[in-house]
Amino acid sequence: MSTATLALSSTQMQRSPAHTATIYLKEAKYEFLKYLRLRMYTVSVLSFPIMFYVLFGLVLNSNQSIGATRVAAYLIPTYGTFGVIAASLFGTAAGLASDRGLGWLEVKRASPMPPFAYFAAKVATSLVFSTIIVLALFTLGITFGGVRMPVASFARLLGILAAGSLPFSAMGLALGYFTGPNSAPPTINLIYLPMSFCSGLWVPIMFLPKVLQKIALVLPPYHLSQLALGAVGAGTRESVIVHWEALAAFTMICLGIARIGFQRDQEKMYG
Amino acid sequence: MIATLEEVSTTNSAGAVQVVASLECVNKNYGPVQALKGVNFRVRAGEVVALLGPNGAGKTTAVKLLLGLLQPNTGKVRVLGGDPTNPENRMRTGAMLQVGRVPETLRVREHIDLFSSYYQNPLPTAAVLAAAGLENLSERKFGDLSGGQRQRVLFALAICGNPDLLFLDEPTVGLDVEARRMLWEQIRQLVGRGKTVLLTTHYLQEADALADRVAVINKGEIIAEGSPSEIKAQTAGKRIRCITSLTIDTLRQIPGVTEVKEDREAFEIHTPEAEPVLRDLLARDANLSGLEVSAVGLEEAFLALTQDSSKNGNH
Repeated sequence: MSTATLALSSTQMQRSPAHTATIYLKEAKYEFLKYLRLRMYTVSVLSFPIMFYVLFGLVLNSNQSIGATRVAAYLIPTYGTFGVIAASLFGTAAGLASDRGLGWLEVKRASPMPPFAYFAAKVATSLVFSTIIVLALFTLGITFGGVRMPVASFARLLGILAAGSLPFSAMGLALGYFTGPNSAPPTINLIYLPMSFCSGLWVPIMFLPKVLQKIALVLPPYHLSQLALGAVGAGTRESVIVHWEALAAFTMICLGIARIGFQRDQEKMYG
Repeated sequence: MIATLEEVSTTNSAGAVQVVASLECVNKNYGPVQALKGVNFRVRAGEVVALLGPNGAGKTTAVKLLLGLLQPNTGKVRVLGGDPTNPENRMRTGAMLQVGRVPETLRVREHIDLFSSYYQNPLPTAAVLAAAGLENLSERKFGDLSGGQRQRVLFALAICGNPDLLFLDEPTVGLDVEARRMLWEQIRQLVGRGKTVLLTTHYLQEADALADRVAVINKGEIIAEGSPSEIKAQTAGKRIRCITSLTIDTLRQIPGVTEVKEDREAFEIHTPEAEPVLRDLLARDANLSGLEVSAVGLEEAFLALTQDSSKNGNH
């Protein structure tokens, strides 16, 4: 029996802040790589908004305008919002539901991983993919759609849409706790596709029936898209504050639901 | 400080031997299902303990309790003198669990790199790859690996932090004979480096090959504990097969008979010692035919052990 190998008094086991930062970075890096290599994710999340934009913004309606804004410019905020939502929801909800349901999260929890690093990596990955989508739309719009804006407007739009990935990552965490590995993707589709349509992300909101325009007021994607449209000079329908408040409230509700799910999982273990 | 030595050490004739993981009177229920019933179980420093039992016996529950992934309904779980959920404890333990899906698009090297980063003093990646027999697979994506290779990656993740205490839940489940022997060899090397290992298995042969001590668990209860040879001795015996006109009840009353089963036209009789039972049998039935006597195999011995306990449980 080798008793010497197992001194029971612990030596210095506290991580340095630099070590903790390294863990967070690695966790985020590999979460990003995991999705970048997952064709199902990149195809559905990256290519759909880009495809829609090319088709409806560059090929079909390129010479038209919505209000004073050219279609090619107007559709960057709306399809950008659409892409941000997909990237955030699929990255967090589908991943979390699968990790929870199929045992991978348990392996992680049994390891000394800082628990928050896992969630931070998911949110950071959604943020990066959201940024990639928006930059791709910018490039296409500038190159093929003749979109011209001050750099500050591009920066504002990018900032708003990237920040917009946070509420929908929170929603993804909430969904991930209340769906299973198989039910998560269809549940996400069932929620975000109709929600996107009703928020005016596919067809500009003013062309939707009046009833849907009223419903849009309670839909988070509507508020994000309005903020984004404001950045390209297409104006917002309500005051900017209202839109931010709506998104903040939505984020809080989703985080609250995610927390209930997290605790429910813990209690299952502590039950 | 997690705990003082006095709190956790026990003494035996060989001197002070530390208990590094223990379940004390642990009950664990999943709703109405009792997964563990008053289980007492200890792992001492430097030993390899096998928790042996059939599927659903409570092995995985025991491991998850020791990893702090589950909490007992009653009883105490201690690891390295403290609570298993202690972050300090997790730094010193490694775990191999049964996983439904591991992120498939990450490479072997990347999985190891990430898990190594969690630990204070991880092994060099090259050493982990070598210890798990993955040198030539480090650039492969997890999804492209075979079942045996995947198990080896999970094993690599368990050892990459150079932990003192390892929990391996069914490390060789679903592996072919060759892959199983390879993993055994890797576990033996770890033990050679002074690690403490708790592994679960439903193969007696595996427990026999690896463990210093075996605890047999069935239906949530530890029904036997000892060295592999003691466990085998408890269950070793002979199997007599014959065609006889005697009834099953008569056969059961023969002294020395532990178990009688009907097997098509014949009876199968288990006994620790064949000769006295044979004399008795032949004396009672002169027309007895088709006589065969054989040694009970390890797997059957184990089966007999767990079946006995379930019979007792039904009383």
